Amino acid sequence: MQRARIRWHIAVFLAPAVLVYTAIMIFPLFNTLRLALYSEVDQTRIFVGLDNFRTLFFDPIWSEQFWNALGNNFWFFIVHMLVQNPIGVALAAILSHPRLRFAALYRSAIFIPTILSFVIVGFAWKLILSPIWGIAPSMLEFIGLKSLFQPWLGKEEYALTTLALISVWQFVGIPMMLIYAALLSIPEEILEAGEVDGITGISAFWKIKLPLILPSIGIISILTFVGNFNAFDLIYASQGALAGPDFSTDILGTFLYRTFFGFQLQLGDPHMGSAIASGMFAIILIGVCIYLFGIQTRMRRYQM
Amino acid sequence: MKRNFLKLALLSTALTATSAMAEDVTITIESWRNDDLVLWQEQIIPAFEAKHPGIKVNFTPSAPAEYNAVLNSKLDAGSAGDLITCRPFDASLALYEAGHLSGLDDMEAMNNFSDVAKSAWQTDDGAVSFCVPMASVIHGFIYNKDAFAELGVEVPTTEAEFFAVLDKFKEDGSYIPMAMGTNDQWEAATMGYNNIGPNYWKGEEGRLALIAGEQKLTDPQWVAPYATLAKWADYLGDGYEAQTYPDSQNLFTLGRAAIYPAGSWEISGFNSQADFEMGAFKPPVQNAGDTCYISDHTDIGIGMNAATENPEAAKTFLAWVGSPEFASIFGNALPGFFPLSSEPVELADPLAKEIVGWRGECESTIRSTYQILSRGTPNLENETWGASVAAIKGASSPEDLGAELQDGLASWYAPHQ
Repeated sequence: MQRARIRWHIAVFLAPAVLVYTAIMIFPLFNTLRLALYSEVDQTRIFVGLDNFRTLFFDPIWSEQFWNALGNNFWFFIVHMLVQNPIGVALAAILSHPRLRFAALYRSAIFIPTILSFVIVGFAWKLILSPIWGIAPSMLEFIGLKSLFQPWLGKEEYALTTLALISVWQFVGIPMMLIYAALLSIPEEILEAGEVDGITGISAFWKIKLPLILPSIGIISILTFVGNFNAFDLIYASQGALAGPDFSTDILGTFLYRTFFGFQLQLGDPHMGSAIASGMFAIILIGVCIYLFGIQTRMRRYQM
Repeated sequence: MKRNFLKLALLSTALTATSAMAEDVTITIESWRNDDLVLWQEQIIPAFEAKHPGIKVNFTPSAPAEYNAVLNSKLDAGSAGDLITCRPFDASLALYEAGHLSGLDDMEAMNNFSDVAKSAWQTDDGAVSFCVPMASVIHGFIYNKDAFAELGVEVPTTEAEFFAVLDKFKEDGSYIPMAMGTNDQWEAATMGYNNIGPNYWKGEEGRLALIAGEQKLTDPQWVAPYATLAKWADYLGDGYEAQTYPDSQNLFTLGRAAIYPAGSWEISGFNSQADFEMGAFKPPVQNAGDTCYISDHTDIGIGMNAATENPEAAKTFLAWVGSPEFASIFGNALPGFFPLSSEPVELADPLAKEIVGWRGECESTIRSTYQILSRGTPNLENETWGASVAAIKGASSPEDLGAELQDGLASWYAPHQ
């Protein structure tokens, strides 16, 4: 009788990835969740249970900021879903048209902003939109629409949408590339078969291509969701940690930063900060779960 | 043979390396004054190193808005420099209480400073001082002398005159009357509210009464400055809502704006950028002949990282910072940062001299929100930024702003409950 051999090689091959991932992702994540259950009183750390969360959700001072940041975050996400992803799909559809010339040039040009740093993007757009030195007012003046110009980044009602659109400009290349790849993988035979049945041009896109790339669109939506709810950089680079004007561009990321590290005379509070970070984690987790179990499992896949 | 030679070579390099380390101690200074990097490297540090051979000084500033966060992370991680530039009041007090800053009362150089100068870096009971005071900044308005001469307007002393001057510039149209934006928010509070405010709440008298709970932020003397700020909006440039702090600085130094609500820290930057003559006037009083109050804010100190590996060298540097020699170099190298040492320092820069002269004419105070009142959540200083911006934009009435701030303060500060 032969005992089952312990297959060491599996452990050995898994070890590097598991160790690295545990050290830099899993451990910090759980430590953050743990930190959220403590508070600091007179220089000593004490366990307070869910007290920090009670403060965060029910203390009017904190909850107002939290819901404001969450609401702004949803708006940020909605703008991306309504503007970035449809434009990305449309660009990909145009780029994949076989008779389009200079497709590679357009593709690179649209993708380039994605590889730029947030700091550069934030700074460049701040200058473009600046009412004093910017080119936006003079360009509008050139076409006679100067009256439409507003100091967008400085007005409560426009600032967040403006920043969301800047972010769309920066990242529209990602859905474009993913959809472009998905479109290229659709076999020519299917399209030709459709043509025989009389489905050509734009209706070929709606009736054949779109259903086939739906899984990719789903992936893009979830990537957008995770990316937007973790967003921080662009707002911080262009509006600072107070996410002005009057917190109108405050999203969870900037709220977390301000709380965790402190700002100006406000001292950092790692425990409340961790509570916010845990909240962000929960929101993203719930969103991803809804997608994975509610949407992805029901999505029809086609054999290609 | 060859191997022995290699060993010898290694050994000798190791020896020289250690002996070099024994000779030269390098101490690092953490600071938020990245604007002053050149002055530190070219004037202050060489002056110190010439007197103290064997100690090398490294000045490593970070961006002002990030300094506190960066510093706290570095201190917690144990990678912070030997010397810490101290923000006034609670930020530094917290560092001391957390054991990151050493007490400095045993240093002889501390006797060169008045109690008021030391107050920003002491425990609440005044028992321990933990930073050597370096400098204060004074608020007021810097103006373009050429522009004033061109329009033939006089320097205003009362509020009515101040707005008359602004009206003239607005009418004329060739200059933006006043260069300030609300995008970065803090200018509105620091150069707006806390600049003109002391004339309303009578400086220290009002500030201390507010801390004691005898006055409230809803009292007229605390609300009125917001009403005055609301009048500023008409005189700021187009699109001031998105105008940033560097935008305002550039507008003024390019000669496109007439008046700049300022802190004296701007002087050295403005001197190198503006090619017109500048003057300064203190915050206008309500009626001619009123006592004037200025914000003479203790702004910079320097302390020692308790975890430093070079306490001797660090203390040597601190003692030198407390000496009259440093005060003179610093005050003249950085006009606009006025040394706090008891011995008066002769300043060469005319603009700095003009501003520091106000100390003799007016009562000095510090910014109202800095001591004790910004300890809780919501943070009064940050709230004041938002309130000042809202006042200028006209988003809320001054009374509503006062009530909102008072509610926030009363929610955690016992003397106001």
